Amino acid sequence: MRLSALQKVLWGLAAIAIVGFVWLQVSTRVEQRAYEPAFRADFELTDHNGMVQTDEYLAGRWMLVFFGFANCPDVCPTTLAEVAAVMDGLGSDATQVQPLFISIDPERDTPQALAEFIPYFDANIIGLTGTADQIERTSKTFRIYYEKIEEAASPDGYTMGHSSQLFLFDPQGGYVGAWTYGTPAEEILADLKARMSI
Amino acid sequence: MKSTVAAIALAFSVFVGLPTTSFAGSEDIVVEDAWARASIGINRPGAAYMTLRNTGTDPVTLVELETPLAMMPDIHETKTDANGVSSMGPVGEITIPAGESVALEPGGMHAMLMRLQTKMVEGETFPLRLNFADGGTLTVDVPILGIAARGPEG
Repeated sequence: MRLSALQKVLWGLAAIAIVGFVWLQVSTRVEQRAYEPAFRADFELTDHNGMVQTDEYLAGRWMLVFFGFANCPDVCPTTLAEVAAVMDGLGSDATQVQPLFISIDPERDTPQALAEFIPYFDANIIGLTGTADQIERTSKTFRIYYEKIEEAASPDGYTMGHSSQLFLFDPQGGYVGAWTYGTPAEEILADLKARMSI
Repeated sequence: MKSTVAAIALAFSVFVGLPTTSFAGSEDIVVEDAWARASIGINRPGAAYMTLRNTGTDPVTLVELETPLAMMPDIHETKTDANGVSSMGPVGEITIPAGESVALEPGGMHAMLMRLQTKMVEGETFPLRLNFADGGTLTVDVPILGIAARGPEG
């Protein structure tokens, strides 16, 4: 088969395009592996002041996210107190960090119920709640677990089991890591400062 | 007349003295570092923490809590599994082995104060009565710290 000059040029360009395309694919994939976080914070919920909050609205700041419920007398106040201590320890850098308490008990935790509870720990902590559907969707995007446990010896006959880690997201909403429940505030603060390079 | 008074006194001392002598170990319990967090209103349960130290030579079992502050005080325990999922439930009785301590502390066991009758106000204290299996009781005055307290030191 004889190719005209034009055909040779076209085949040549096609070859370059294929090589270029493959190279781009490979290079971006490598880049994604190095920088793409495991998942991103993604939610649309109502805060304790009745305002809608989304991950987009809160972007630009590091986010400390944890899940709980206002009727929880032990783990949740303890985590709230730890987070308040971390915020205190950040001093003037606290403005770069947004702590979020997300309720997994939408049945009881109305925005008003959270307003009576969250601000007592630290004025900067935002309490978030929503409809049962919104909370379920949020649990999926954050890859957390929660369940309602029927328990006669609990207020209203039930308690909630839930993931109790404290999650850190970067200012772009990318997941950075998590501290298990019970990590002392001092340790979280030192680790957080290192990650924020402050 | 004198003998009547003496008889009454004797009867009274026996009445008072009997339970004490029949205790099997609960008098050896020492409560340390008791504290609780202030509550917001009375709608949500409160929690109190403390360390129970058994200075005696027999194990002692705590069976029940009583307090005018809450209609339903109970010992609950938080458990966190390998996936970081925490949940809470009643523990029933707690046995404090001879010479050992059992801590009620954040993330572990706590005195869950359900159906609060009054608000838990920072700076105040409330009595918490511990009823033991041997019939002995111990009333602890629990200081109420701030809502964001992290331990007995505040």
